[in-house]
Amino acid sequence: MDFFKLISDIERVDPEIYDRLDSRRRVFKHFGLAGKTLTAAMVPNLVSGIFQRAYGQTTALPADIVAVLNLALSLEYLEFYYYDSGLKAANLIPASDRPAFEIIRNDESGHIKVLREALGSAAIPDPGRATFDYSGGKGSGTGPFAAAFGNYALYLGVAQSFVDTGVRAYKGGATKLMANKDILEAALNIHSVEARHSSHVRTVRRGVAVNAGATTVPGNLADLNKQPKSWISGTDNGGPSPSTTPSTAAVYGAGTPATGGPTDLFFPADSNTTQAGIDLLTNTAGATAASASEAFDEALDAATVKSIARNFVDAKSALFV
Amino acid sequence: MPRLPRRSFLRYSGAGLAVGGLLLAGCDDDDDDIITPPGTIDLGSGDNGVLNYAYALEQLEAAFYAQVKTGAYYKGLAANSAEKQVFDDLAIHEQIHADFFRKVLDTKAIKALEPDFSTIKFDDRNSVLGAAKSFEDLGVAAYNGAGRYIQTAAYLLIAGKIVSVEARHAALIRDLINYNTFVASDVVDLFTPTSGTSAPGVGSGTGKEKSMTPNDVVNMANKFLKDGSKISASNIK
Repeated sequence: MDFFKLISDIERVDPEIYDRLDSRRRVFKHFGLAGKTLTAAMVPNLVSGIFQRAYGQTTALPADIVAVLNLALSLEYLEFYYYDSGLKAANLIPASDRPAFEIIRNDESGHIKVLREALGSAAIPDPGRATFDYSGGKGSGTGPFAAAFGNYALYLGVAQSFVDTGVRAYKGGATKLMANKDILEAALNIHSVEARHSSHVRTVRRGVAVNAGATTVPGNLADLNKQPKSWISGTDNGGPSPSTTPSTAAVYGAGTPATGGPTDLFFPADSNTTQAGIDLLTNTAGATAASASEAFDEALDAATVKSIARNFVDAKSALFV
Repeated sequence: MPRLPRRSFLRYSGAGLAVGGLLLAGCDDDDDDIITPPGTIDLGSGDNGVLNYAYALEQLEAAFYAQVKTGAYYKGLAANSAEKQVFDDLAIHEQIHADFFRKVLDTKAIKALEPDFSTIKFDDRNSVLGAAKSFEDLGVAAYNGAGRYIQTAAYLLIAGKIVSVEARHAALIRDLINYNTFVASDVVDLFTPTSGTSAPGVGSGTGKEKSMTPNDVVNMANKFLKDGSKISASNIK
């Protein structure tokens, strides 16, 4: 086989072949060949592997990666249909805020595309709009957020809860993707976009809370439920709706396990002020419980994420089970 | 050896393929060690390299916001204004990050870096916000691009905890500059649905943030570091 003739033949029909191929160093890392001598006998496998990586995902992903990506995909559907329904609702989102929610809805749609492509045939099917009950009533339609599509403040509060759950879920799932660096990086690239969404939704909520230009309103530490900072401060006093059933407090609370050692993976509440065994309050002059908690977002485990999200799907659906 | 473009590299080593038992010349894991440029601080390799990389960027951000707080723009902000709260928060968050990495790295930490912010006008709102946007966006792209080099799961989790906070910062700073630009095409590969009624996932683009490689990030960061404090990420891989 003339490998280089093959590449040049492919280049004729696919000028982007070189972009699809891994950088050469990554190729060696992916195949465990770093620092090893390559023998002729190894070439056929290496070449077929390179093309699999460039053109598709014909090899099955490990089950734990599939689980992380399908949970992420489920959350993206939850969010996509929420924002899409909001944009379709009459007189809900003011004209000045529509561009933002179109961006957010489209970002979620892109994330769905990326996750489906990574999962291939292992991707869950599109659950469809009807699977979701954004009232928080598990299919009854009569949960505490039933008025969300007619009440902008309520709509924003639920949006914040979804997006913050998503940010915590990606963070919690990332360590399970380490075996596949490209999928890991894609997930990180989605994760930070979700955090940008959360920041913006929180900014909008501050403006709505006091009926003023969103970016002119500071966070109100005495009313973080309605007027949060663009970052999570402590547990945000339980989030937008701490006293309802379901409550948003779980979005900012601890996952499982909630405690662990400096190099363990665990999921404390967002009010956590110790990282890698270091007490942030004594490590930086001027740090407070609020600022130290704000400086680090916390992750959530898959089971806790599902228990939060399950409130927003029909109880008959297998989504988030 | 000098760096060859990928295409030339493939053709170049093609000669070797004809020979049995070939050894891809100079292609072991260390093949393109860029010798750490003279006078730069090597961030190191492995997890310590990534942690020092983060430490360097957090130092830069912390120093920037500390200087913002001494400038006329910040000092002119009303006591209870949104912008004052933002810069107070950003200053302490970044200091907490920098101090955290110094403590984690302990004896492996690089030295305290001396910033050069001579291109930033600290009495001018646009200049300060523009620089803040650059630093925050750079931080997000840097963490996203470095995740793949982290070996220890607990450190990846820590990086994840910080990058989302940087993304929150970046989004708000961008909204302060121009409302509704919390996500835009300079930092995110925007997704465009095929039509107004497209099903989810149908369209062009990805909605993913754009990563930057450590070398590209360092080139940007070095513009804000004095001679003797410039850094090299050539061993992060």
